Amino acid sequence: MNEPKKIKIALAGNPNCGKTSLFNALTGMRQKVGNFPGVTVDKKTGILFLNNKTEALVVDLPGTYSIYPRRIDEMVTFDVLANPDNVSHPDVIVLLADASNLKRNLLFCTQVIDMGIPTVIALNMMDVAEKNNIRIDVLKLEEELGVHIIPMNARDGKGVDKLLKLLSDEVAKPTRSFIDMQKLCGDAKELSNKIPYSNEYVAALLAVLHKELNDFPEEKHILVDEWIASKNFVAARFQGEEVLQRYNSINRVVNDCVNEEQKENKSLETTSRIDKILLHPLWGYLLFLGVFFLVFQAIFAWAQYPMDLISSGFSTAGNYLHNLLPAGMMSDLLIQGVWAGVGGVVVFIPQIMLLFGFITILEDTGYMARVSFLMDKLMRTTGLSGKSTVPLISGMACAIPAIMSTRNIESWKDRIITIMVVPFMSCSARLPVYTLLVSFAVPSQTVFGIFNMRGMWMLGLYLFGFLSAIVAAFIMKLIIKTREKSLFLMELPIYRWPRWGNVGVTMFEKAKVFVTDAGKIIVAISVMLWFLASYGPGDEIKTVEKKFEDTSFTTHYSSVDLDAMRQSEKLTHSYAGHIGHFIEPAIMPLGFDWKIGISLITAFAAREVFVGTIATIYSVGSTGDMDMKKLRDRMHSEINPQTGQQVFSFATVVSLMIFFALAMQCMSTIAVVRRETKSWKWPMIQLFYMTGVAYLASFITYQLLK
Amino acid sequence: MNKNSIPLSYLRKGDKAIIVSLDNSALGIKLMEMGCMPGELLEVDYIAPLGDPISIRIGNYLLGLRKDEAVAIKVMKQ
Repeated sequence: MNEPKKIKIALAGNPNCGKTSLFNALTGMRQKVGNFPGVTVDKKTGILFLNNKTEALVVDLPGTYSIYPRRIDEMVTFDVLANPDNVSHPDVIVLLADASNLKRNLLFCTQVIDMGIPTVIALNMMDVAEKNNIRIDVLKLEEELGVHIIPMNARDGKGVDKLLKLLSDEVAKPTRSFIDMQKLCGDAKELSNKIPYSNEYVAALLAVLHKELNDFPEEKHILVDEWIASKNFVAARFQGEEVLQRYNSINRVVNDCVNEEQKENKSLETTSRIDKILLHPLWGYLLFLGVFFLVFQAIFAWAQYPMDLISSGFSTAGNYLHNLLPAGMMSDLLIQGVWAGVGGVVVFIPQIMLLFGFITILEDTGYMARVSFLMDKLMRTTGLSGKSTVPLISGMACAIPAIMSTRNIESWKDRIITIMVVPFMSCSARLPVYTLLVSFAVPSQTVFGIFNMRGMWMLGLYLFGFLSAIVAAFIMKLIIKTREKSLFLMELPIYRWPRWGNVGVTMFEKAKVFVTDAGKIIVAISVMLWFLASYGPGDEIKTVEKKFEDTSFTTHYSSVDLDAMRQSEKLTHSYAGHIGHFIEPAIMPLGFDWKIGISLITAFAAREVFVGTIATIYSVGSTGDMDMKKLRDRMHSEINPQTGQQVFSFATVVSLMIFFALAMQCMSTIAVVRRETKSWKWPMIQLFYMTGVAYLASFITYQLLK
Repeated sequence: MNKNSIPLSYLRKGDKAIIVSLDNSALGIKLMEMGCMPGELLEVDYIAPLGDPISIRIGNYLLGLRKDEAVAIKVMKQ
């Protein structure tokens, strides 16, 4: 059997023109999400069998209004299409155009056609165009654009078979040009002669943007630079004149081929009517609050059920494995290190899937653009933009999905700032810690008739987290420098029903990407933390074990008490215990002793682990059968042997609350920031700045209150 | 530049105008790429409750932009 011929097809077009629908229709479940090299832009690829001789690799390129990029993801589209050395450079381009909005779409379409790569146009959203009395003479348009055109409705699959048939044959190179290159930049011919696979237009494009390209060979950079210098090429002038010339051609084409009756545009009228409610000064914000209360409720409360199931499932399976495997270091490593780490990854899946389910619905319907519209001014006063709204609110449930959702923010600076401040928002993992500390330090009394004092403290801690995020964003806005200007400029798409298949695919893909990418780091740190808490220097741990095997000692206690005491002593003699002692001088000014120090170290796995560790240290049992009242009583009676005073004084407990509100104590967040920023730089900056701020704030708190 | 033209940001909700010119800047080019060409008719469809950003109807779609971005578009009110 002959190897099938392999070709590369790129899918390109304006945003909101139905590219995702067509991509799904072409590739079905044969999709893969990766990254374009060097940038955090999702690269969606899929396999398409054209006939038994040809297999196509389809790349879904980020949507753009023009070949000239304004954002990182649009730069990827430029790179793939204009750079012949790019690995994804296509043999054939499927160009999507929105029939209901043809004029604007034709700018990018004619730019791509001018690049001279074999191209087919999929004229999408014919249904919307028809509904709004826009009639397009497709045959004439085909003739004027010089490429094949397939009218379609990608959402319900109409026209896809025709496109497939066309792609099975050889697709011809475009025959028309929409700008006068001789007039615009006659010198480009000279450059295109030197660069293989480029025409004059591509050569000029490369001259505008070659510095931003990935995998553009050094000798070509030199060629382009020499040419620019010798011809006094001014990129901005070329770009501006090109757009003007292009619209002249486009106006002619549209006049010839599009018959638009001067009736009202029904889709836009409907959208305007809905906007009257959704963007209303009162109803708009109330609805916004309602929608986000629902989203928050979902990731905070609903996700709890599957998360509890996953946790208990993993611990049951762990116990089962424990009984099955021979006791020893290998079994402990597998169960308490690796298995627990995998559980710690899987447990985030419900929150990630729920959040992205909601986000995709909000985006598909067009509401997400309105959220940015409503919130932009408010958010900008803090140094963020309207698009930071969703990540910030989601951060109140969990920073992991929240940070993953920052991909929608195009401005690099806005996105980095959002990522950096999201972990200040009080996530659900802080809740058990706050509950323990507040119930310990604050009496349950009613104030002003209706408010519970403890509830007020909890609310105060949430507000404190939110304010910290805002202040941090404001400061970072001043510090982080960037060349790019943050633009709002965005299409407010017409309202449409969500595509449920797309919602499902996105939920699944986001969960998969988190498990495969961030999961490895989480498991690795989990194993390290397990090792630190289970092993100690020399044979200290062995000595503890021996002590508890000695019957003259053990007869005085019940087996439950003995187990709790043994765990406590093992932990205090472990490496983690030693580190706790080691850092005690540093954390003493915050009001913490070495036992709290151990808990701070183990809480790095996840903040809520703090409660379990404190319980273990004070021998009131591990997390499973912990008694909160017993734990509080034990904390009350704990006396510092050096000072003779209570360890958990009011000052210490408040200082602990502040520390937990501000410190970066979540390995999963670190892992996900590393994935989303593609470097260790940002998670490390975040770790040190947040923990530094926490240290300082706790220090001040303790010194003032003690 | 045309004496009667004003920045788009001066318009109120419901106002219709024709684009006269765009700033000679990267933003101006970007706006042209998104369909804001001289000669095009536009209508201010909505102004966000806090006064910024605004949404305009141009061609067959709605474009949201901040007021400081709208300054780059000079229009003649109809």
